[in-house]
Amino acid sequence: MKRFFDSELETFRSGLIRMGEVSIRQVRDAIKALVESDVGLADQVIAADDELDDLEKQIDNEAIRYMNLRAPIATELRLVIVGMKASHDLERVGDEATSIAKRAVKLAAEPPLKAYVDIPRMAGIAIEMLRDAMDTFLSGDIEKALAVVRRDKEVDDINKQLYRELSSYMIEKPGNITRALELMFISKSIERIADHATNIAEEMVFLAQAQDIRHLEELKKSGRPAVG
Amino acid sequence: MVTTTSSRTPLSSPMETPADTPASRTFKVSSVPSEDDRADTLIEIKDFDFYYGTKQALFDINLKLDDKRVTAFIGPSGCGKSTLLRCLNRMNDLIDGTRITRGGVKVRGVDIYGRDVDSIELRKRVGMVFQKSNPFPKSIYENIVYGLRIQGVKSKARLDEVVEKSLRGAALWDEVKDRLHESGLSLSGGQQQRLCIARTIAVEPEVILMDEPCSALDPIATAKVEELIHELKKQFTIIIVTHSMQQAARCSDKTAFFYMGKLIEYADTRTIFMNPANAQTEAYVSGRFG
Repeated sequence: MKRFFDSELETFRSGLIRMGEVSIRQVRDAIKALVESDVGLADQVIAADDELDDLEKQIDNEAIRYMNLRAPIATELRLVIVGMKASHDLERVGDEATSIAKRAVKLAAEPPLKAYVDIPRMAGIAIEMLRDAMDTFLSGDIEKALAVVRRDKEVDDINKQLYRELSSYMIEKPGNITRALELMFISKSIERIADHATNIAEEMVFLAQAQDIRHLEELKKSGRPAVG
Repeated sequence: MVTTTSSRTPLSSPMETPADTPASRTFKVSSVPSEDDRADTLIEIKDFDFYYGTKQALFDINLKLDDKRVTAFIGPSGCGKSTLLRCLNRMNDLIDGTRITRGGVKVRGVDIYGRDVDSIELRKRVGMVFQKSNPFPKSIYENIVYGLRIQGVKSKARLDEVVEKSLRGAALWDEVKDRLHESGLSLSGGQQQRLCIARTIAVEPEVILMDEPCSALDPIATAKVEELIHELKKQFTIIIVTHSMQQAARCSDKTAFFYMGKLIEYADTRTIFMNPANAQTEAYVSGRFG
């Protein structure tokens, strides 16, 4: 049976999808600004963060209003809860993108420490993870969500490798320290973006199946969840 | 087909059994064990078919109800939930043309439709509270002791003791202790309903059946009855028929959803309201049925 307030849920869903699109664009542009030393693009990323902040508040308000007035149950309840949590993750993704953009502005003033290879690769994985997690929101494809969770380790590994590499640059030459530190922070930001994508994927499993798969070591180690 | 689930298995369409669901889509997750895990079965309904005349009202009901827990029966009007409730203390015996063609009901292992079962005795063990409060046109005191007087209890001290205990049990004592000899009909609607609950528990049943006990009550009286249900379940097994989803969610440990005389889904209340296995259940609890 269609209810007169169904459109409110549609608006809610659209808001979250919009947040997903904006946050992915922000990460992509921040990395592009870094790699191409494009200060103008970096400034755009910094300015556009307000949209994500506003969307997060809007989603929170709608969720609270819906829970208060419509008393959602089952799938609807899970949608509203997951919407609030995922929007918070996406807002944090936006903050990390802004942080990367700010560091891109600083780095653009100096010659690059090294060719940007690992950072764009790592960011590419994080963006795919974000996109897949948000696709799961629409499709309910659990396997895809689980694949996102498993992929988090790839990003963690590149981050660790970059940390070691950048440390050696700093040891080698004190003049590298400022730039290497900025790149370390950028690497850490991307690693956090992948963490948020993982959170979102886990939230989407809860939305689809009401199952909490957070912090399941077996999921990360074996690549397959225990069947039961 | 009934879906009886404690661990979740997703279904793609209504009335589908979970048997063919890919196992890879469910996960073992650590969760807080339900207190129902520790409950014993008090009432067992097995392969139960019931008719009003030629019209079949219940189809192949299989259900185990937990001891000292609250079970909610939900479903649209005419789905058979009140009929089943009434079968649990043979209230339907009083209606002409009713018959059970298959299956039975056991309370603590005893077939309540057995030849040697006295239905009056059964109704003492399985008491009932109705939608509309129905105090006898007698004093509050006499309402409570009615069952005991029929049993032949004459000791005033014993009767006084039961009146106080039952009224306290029904959270009504403080409100009526100074006017026990006034008419039960002088009480408010909510108080009358609690008086009926007190009258029911006076004969110390094992089970209390409640047929929409709050449907005629305002929110304050409803809250008092719900608080009472929460207290009573320590001592009694309660089965409540309700049209209020929020009431079922608040008060019950397990919930059974019925539709067109069939049990569609039976699970922990938490499951029914968070992730029902059956699409019809979900549509009903979300207010989107039809």
